[in-house]
Amino acid sequence: MPSELHSSKPPPPATGESAALRVTLIVVALAFFACFLLLPLILVFVEALRAGLSRYVAAIANPDSRAAISLTLLVAAIVVPANTVFGIAAAWAIAKFDFKGKSFLITLIDLPFSVSPVIAGLVYVLLFGARGYFGPWLDAHNIQIIFALPGIVLATTFVTFPFVARELIPLMQEQGSGDEEAALSLGASGFKTFVLVTLPNIKWALLYGVLLCNARAMGEFGAVAVVSGRIRGLTSTMPLHVEILYNEYAYTAAFAMASLLALLALLTLAIKTTLEWRYGDQIAATNGH
Amino acid sequence: MSTGARLVWKRPSVIPGFGLTFGFALTYLGLIVLVPLVGLVLRNTTMGWHQFWVLALDPRTIAALRVSFGSALIAAAINAVFGVVLAWVLVRYRFAGRRVVDAMIDLPFALPTAVAGIALSALYAPRGWVGHLLAPLGIKVAYTPAGIVVALIFIGLPFVVRTVEPVLAELDRDVEEASATLGARRWQTIIQVVLPPLIPAILTGFALALARGIGEYGSVIFVAGNIPFVSEIAPLLIVIRLEEFNYDGATALASIMLAISFGMLLTINLIQSWSRRRFGHAI
Repeated sequence: MPSELHSSKPPPPATGESAALRVTLIVVALAFFACFLLLPLILVFVEALRAGLSRYVAAIANPDSRAAISLTLLVAAIVVPANTVFGIAAAWAIAKFDFKGKSFLITLIDLPFSVSPVIAGLVYVLLFGARGYFGPWLDAHNIQIIFALPGIVLATTFVTFPFVARELIPLMQEQGSGDEEAALSLGASGFKTFVLVTLPNIKWALLYGVLLCNARAMGEFGAVAVVSGRIRGLTSTMPLHVEILYNEYAYTAAFAMASLLALLALLTLAIKTTLEWRYGDQIAATNGH
Repeated sequence: MSTGARLVWKRPSVIPGFGLTFGFALTYLGLIVLVPLVGLVLRNTTMGWHQFWVLALDPRTIAALRVSFGSALIAAAINAVFGVVLAWVLVRYRFAGRRVVDAMIDLPFALPTAVAGIALSALYAPRGWVGHLLAPLGIKVAYTPAGIVVALIFIGLPFVVRTVEPVLAELDRDVEEASATLGARRWQTIIQVVLPPLIPAILTGFALALARGIGEYGSVIFVAGNIPFVSEIAPLLIVIRLEEFNYDGATALASIMLAISFGMLLTINLIQSWSRRRFGHAI
């Protein structure tokens, strides 16, 4: 159009899109984001509070719900420290030393991420279940693993196994061992070197890994569902209790319990994002699972 | 073991603690992950090849695998498209709430799958917020195979966005300017200059989302309807076989899924090494 030829409006920048296309792309992206991520999250809180705050509190204060909350906290309190110690040990061995088969070892550590959670539960049932390898022996000695706390702990440990290690390994490999060698040559003991030199270097990445490990440990459903037997008030964790309530059509109670887990997820995301913004350079550039 | 033999596989170092940390890590890995997985594989040999194939070729097993694989494939493809659009918008444009949206992309990593499952089910039910908009169009999502795809889109989205985002952010804008100066239209630049270096990242994100989708259980079972041969996923069938005390059936199906997982893992590694050769960096 001739009027456009003479207009003083600058042409669109050579490496940008037109305003109309930009707006369209933003709208499409945000609509997709809303339909699949944002609305489900909002819905959890709306449904939980639909029947009023008193019903919400009552649903959470229910003895079975409280038992589920304590069980979830207990499982996380066992699993997260165990996997943290493993993560530090594995990262130390892998990052500070050169040995053959290292990359194979890293692949093995990542293995649980590629296994379906249901299979993570199944493998323990095959070992310790009534008809598993050790089932008769455990039965004769009156030890219960499946449908009890040990099974839940094992299955949760399996699915959260790589979280801490995979945050620490790339970071510690990048940092090398110059600092540690200096400390050792100045006469520090190995343990002192770890606490005073290594730990400060890896603290944010460690916190990051622990955070993700904890979120998954508290929220794991598939693996735990297989080994727990879902006994109300006994072997039912928070996510399993959500399922029990939902299947009983106790929607408000189910969403109330779910809202606690959603709050945990939001808290996790908030801390995680803060860590990334503030200490991004001190956390290895691997984006989590 | 003599010290001479040790030196062959481990370089000597002044740093202490190798024996302790390596030994502990390996023992823990063995007890928690390797022994149980080997137990699963061994169970196949005790039932024998014939029995394994009978169970593996069971029509319901094959249907469940097809549902899991098919839905995961569709969801990963949808994510590959919209995930790239999201990554593009988040990296290239500035708009209100961008950082919050960016942070919330990781929600599926943090939100327990059971919570996602009941929320998506309520959202896409015929009377749900989104479901009631689709119902007049004759589209049913919740309690149909489409529900599975919706759940797997939720689960897989961050894999695509998070693998594409960093590559997109590091793209050299000069190349785009050069392309424009040489007379290319914007869409030509995007297709011929911007897209090619993104392809390994998109493929990796797609493969990660697919791998995760095939094994997903928690979010799917609430929204799927779980009708055998129609909307019953493979992990659910494993659970059902276990509840029937059909350990062999569960084992056979789990072994097939494990093989698929390893195949996916291998594929992802191949994409990575191809990307290293072709573009000089992994994702």
